[in-house]
Formats: sequence, structure tokens, C-alpha cells
Amino acid sequence: MAKEEVKAPQELEKDWVLMQGNEAVAKAAIDVGVKFFAGYPITPSTEIAEILAEELPLNDGVYIQMEDEISSMCAVIGASLAGAKSLTATSGPGFSLMQEAIGFAKISETPCVIVNVQRTGPSTGLPTKPGQGDIMQARWGSHGDGPAIVLYPDSVKEAYELTIRAFNLSEKYRTCVILLMDEVLGHMREAVLLPDISKFRVINRLKPTVPPEWYKHYEEDQKYLSPLASYGEGYRFHVTGLAHDAHGFPTNKPAEVKTMVTRLKKKITHNIRDIVQIESFMMEDAKVAIFAVGIVSRAAKSAILKARNEGLKVGLLRPLTIWPFPDEAVQKMLRNVETVIVPELNQGQLIHEIERLTKDKTDSDIVKIQKANGELITPNEIYKSIKEVI
Amino acid sequence: MASIPQKVVHQYLRHNKKFPHVWCAGCSNGIVLGAVIRAIHELQIPKDDVMMVSGIGCTSRMPVYVDFNSLHTLHGRAIAFATGIKMVKPNMKVIVITGDGDATAIGGNHFIHAARRNIDLTVLVLNNHIYGMTGGQYSPTTPEGDFASTTPYGNIDEPFNICQLAMGAGATFVARGTAFHALETQTLIKEAILHKGCSVLEIVSSCPVIYGRLNKKGSPSRMLENMRDNSINIKAAEKLPPEQTEGKIIRGILKKDDKAVEYYDKYTQLVNRIKSKNK
Ligand SMILES: Cc1ncc(C[n+]2csc(CCOP(=O)(O)OP(=O)(O)O)c2C)c(N)n1
Ligand code: SF4
Repeated sequence: MAKEEVKAPQELEKDWVLMQGNEAVAKAAIDVGVKFFAGYPITPSTEIAEILAEELPLNDGVYIQMEDEISSMCAVIGASLAGAKSLTATSGPGFSLMQEAIGFAKISETPCVIVNVQRTGPSTGLPTKPGQGDIMQARWGSHGDGPAIVLYPDSVKEAYELTIRAFNLSEKYRTCVILLMDEVLGHMREAVLLPDISKFRVINRLKPTVPPEWYKHYEEDQKYLSPLASYGEGYRFHVTGLAHDAHGFPTNKPAEVKTMVTRLKKKITHNIRDIVQIESFMMEDAKVAIFAVGIVSRAAKSAILKARNEGLKVGLLRPLTIWPFPDEAVQKMLRNVETVIVPELNQGQLIHEIERLTKDKTDSDIVKIQKANGELITPNEIYKSIKEVI
Repeated sequence: MASIPQKVVHQYLRHNKKFPHVWCAGCSNGIVLGAVIRAIHELQIPKDDVMMVSGIGCTSRMPVYVDFNSLHTLHGRAIAFATGIKMVKPNMKVIVITGDGDATAIGGNHFIHAARRNIDLTVLVLNNHIYGMTGGQYSPTTPEGDFASTTPYGNIDEPFNICQLAMGAGATFVARGTAFHALETQTLIKEAILHKGCSVLEIVSSCPVIYGRLNKKGSPSRMLENMRDNSINIKAAEKLPPEQTEGKIIRGILKKDDKAVEYYDKYTQLVNRIKSKNK
């Protein structure tokens, strides 16, 4: 998947627009049919709320600013169960507050999307600076071992595309999907030419077709999918955060609980090919691979182009779906590579996954570049690292 | 299969699915559930239009037993989930079932903000003055001096008055009933459901198994009789000098404001205003 070159401003056609990552998310939300947003302002995600506060009332939707992120996430789940495609957007501290309810969305299998525009550091950290510290939190942040689908865009255009994809996956697999963004991407403006929404496949949740007395909202087909009714439409179903049976009623029978947890896991693992997306850039003959996500991968691409000019065989692997981790693809693509460089804006998160998948490599074959001080990793730093290992 | 008993409540219970229930013998939660069901029945609200949302606690187990749209959420968060539902399905009768801890401790923030917004939710707070589900720790409504598993030397916290809290925060219908006065409470539930806006009904209830034992309140029936002996209807109270009503539980409608515009209606007005401007 080659990236489009951004044209110089004078060449812009009329449909090209200058847009922020956060704006792209909000636009995608409206285009994909979001009808409910609940949130609490926090830098660097606030523009998403501000735009939707303006747009949703004009698009038959509801915008509500809640008293905190906990209630925002809960309202989003309620709205989704009532039938609306629902979204919230936040950043680190708010994302932490949402974790309990994120677990509720997972166990209750309620579709919804959470955008986390990451900032630097634990706690309040650096609110206006980039960081990639929430990669593991997005996977494991909510207690109790649930499934996770997490997408990670690298450009404004991709923020638009992956927002649509996040909703498609959440509606199809009936779970919350997290869109992780970098602060810089949320705020950066790029010239983009967005395809019309009609060019995208928009997936809406399956609705039951059986009579209400036959309906079981957690009964799966072979792909571990099942229809979801909306409240108030005659199905009178029960939803709980307790372990439940196929009817949604609480159970503590080990066999029924096992069915439930297996289903939550299998829904992802069984459909992993549909969920996972990964970009490989100049990897065909690469001896050195850079593994990076989001904004860091763009610095990596510049470094790779420079190195390639000198004949150095280096490429990039960039997952667009970071959870579930694209194990199979990564393993395959790293097989013929001698060295992997893992630049990331934290003190080491993605690198653990690479180490796990490259047991054949020694420590010196895996090179880390880690920064967690609010600065970006520059193309030059990555370029230097390439030169050192080749 | 045993034949289904034909009382009103039985038409509404998920009787063949989720019984026996989790409540202790002598708990007043069942009395309140009966009152809720009969209120809905008398108002002739179709089951499909009723949305029952709860948090976590003994009280919050209620929705699973009734044949409505039902949602059992997280501790303290029922009102937040209910807010999302109400804004998407404004025609549903959204009833929140919550305990004193659920509503005023962990969920206190959502409680006051729903009241402030005046969103059309019927919030029934069953106040048993204790955390029943977790084994009897003190709650924000445990009276000063009382015992709980975490106040072995007596409680030093000042309790909340749930109705005053709701009124202060802007709820437009505020009332109090007790589990003993089941029929009166049933009428209050009806009024609360009919009121358009945020309605808070505190229902004084009893946890004989934990709170009752720790505080030597006597048998389950004795605890219910205490509600009779220690409470007074607001109409009767208004005729008495203050010293005669001091320390009594005041029952009845404490506030009812029909003029305030409800939140979803306000949102609709806003939408209409901007849409007509944009034309
Ligand atoms: C976040 C969270 N913290 C704590 C608990 C444990 N917990 C469950 S129920 C409960 C108290 C319930 O008390 P109340 O709301 O008064 O209801 P009751 O059981 O008395 O009806 C607590 C503390 C929980 N489930 N979730
Ligand atoms: S512990 Fe108390 S509140 Fe809970 S069911 Fe038993 S009596 Fe009722």
C-alpha cells in the first residue's frame, strides 16, 4: 500500500482540503452514521467533541457533554444498546477513567468506538505533546482479560479511513474498538483528498429476524457473531456485566462461563484475517526492518528513502491494527530480515511483541529507539540507527 | 410444569428464567419490586416501552427479574447508561433502580448531574443505609453513630439526605416513600414515572440481615413497623409544629415543578432552532 504524495498547494484541486486528524475523525463519524457522542473535554482530543457538538444536532444525532469520562463511556454504551452508532473521544487521563466501562462494552458485546489521542507520560504528563504510552493499556487496560481491537492511523487521511473501519469492526464483531492516535496527528493539518463515503463499505450490526421469544443475543453462528436487537423494539432482552448465558442472564456455572469467555476470544481469533491490517513498505529485499506505528512510521519512511538512495536494503512494517497483534504477518515478514529496529515514543512497549515473535534473533538483532520526553523521533535518528546496523 | 400464578406481578416476572432470586428472606427489596410492577401495570405502559436500568448492589439486581428491557450496569453508573438510552429512545420510560451507595457514593456525580439537566429519568433510590451486597459497610446515608462492618466503633460521617441532595441539584420531582407504605409508594412511583423531567424517589428500605443485626433493629417485620412508627406523611406534617416532626421520615411529594423544560425536549428545541436558521 503505497502512500500518496501530497501535492504542492498550487496544484490542489478543488476537492482537496486542509484538515486536522481530529477533524478527519469527526468527519468520518458523521459520514459513517454516528448518532451519539458523549464526552468530556481533554487535550489533545477536544476538537473531535467540538466539531461533533456542531454537526450532530444537524445530522439527527445527539451530542452530550457528560460530567466525566466514566459517564461518557457509560452513556455511549447505553446509546448503542438503544440502537445508535456511538462514539467517545478522549486522551490518557480520560482513557484511564473509561477502563471499567470499556470492560462492560467487551463483556456485554456492545458496539462502540473510543478514540484516544495519546499524550506524553503517566498522569497529566505533557498534555500537548505526543507519546505512544497507551499501546499496552489499549490492550490490557480494563481488568479481567477481555478481547481488544485497536487501530492506529499514520496520517490524516488514514484517520478518516480507520474511523470508518473502527465502526465497521465494532458493528460486525459487537465490541468496542479503540482508535489510538498520536497527538501530532490529532493536531496536524494535511492536505487530503477524501474519497466519498459511498466508496466505502459501511457495515451495520445484524438485527435479529427471529420472533422475540426465540431471540438469544449471545448465541453465535460459526463465525462467533450474533445479531443485536435495540432496546425498545420488542425484544426486551437483558444485558449485564456479570458473566452470562446465551440469554444474557447471569450465570456462575463453569460450563456456561467458559462458553462466554471462549466466545469473546474466538470472535477475534477466528476472524483475525478480517481484522488485521499491516502495511509493508520496501520490505521485498530488506535486510533491516523498521517496525513502527503512527507518526513514528512516517519518520521511518523518510529515513528509509534516504537509506535506499544509498543502496541500503531497509524497509518498514507498520500495523494499522495493533491489537490483535498481527503475529502471523509479522513473523513471516521478519523471517528474512537480519535486524529489526523498533522506534517508539515510550520506554518500550511494541518491542516486547517483536521480541516475542523473533525468538530466532539475538538481542543485538533487535534495536530499540525509545523517547518519552515529548519530542518526536526524527528521520535522522532512525537513519543513523540504520547506518549503525548495516 | 407448575401453572403460573395469576397475580399482576406474575405477568411481569421472568418467572421461569431467573428464580429463585438473590435476596435474603426478610429483605424489603421484593416489596418495592411489587410496588414498581403494580405502578407500571396501573399506568398501562406496554412492557416494550419500559427500560429498567440499575447499578451494582442487592437492590440493583432487580431488573433481571422483570420482563422489561433491562440493563444491569456498573457500580454507580446506572444513571449515565440511562442517559445514553433516553437520548436515543426518548419515548421509552427509563426507570433507574439504585441503592444508597450506588446513587450517592460512587454514583453521586451522575446523580446530581442528571438532576441538574432535568433529564426524564425515574430514579428510584432504595435507601437501606448500608452496603448490603458487599456485606454491610457504611454508606453515605448510614446515620451517625450506627454500626457497619467498617464502622466497628460507630459511624462519624454525617449522612446525606437524598431528597435534599436531589432538590438542591435541580431534580424537578422529588419524593420519599418507605417499603412499609407499599401502596403509598406505588402511587409515588406512578407520579414519578408520569412526571416529565428528572424524578427522584427515595424509598426507605430495610436490610434486616446485615444493617438490622449490626444495629439491633429487630426482626424484618419490626424494621418495617419502625418505618410506620418513625415516619409521617408530608400533608400531616405540615399541620404539626416542627418539634413534633423532628427526626421523622417525611413521606410524600416534596417537590414537583412541572414548568421546567425537560432535557431531551430542550435538545429538540435547539435542533429545531438551528435547523430553521440553516434553511
Ligand atoms: C467500582 C466498584 N467498586 C466497588 C464495588 C463493590 N460493591 C458492590 S455493591 C457495593 C455497595 C452496594 O451498596 P448499595 O448501593 O447501597 O446497594 P445495596 O447492596 O445495599 O442494595 C459495592 C461497594 C463494585 N462492584 N464496583
Ligand atoms: S444483604 Fe440486606 S439488602 Fe442485601 S438482600 Fe440481604 S437483606 Fe437485602
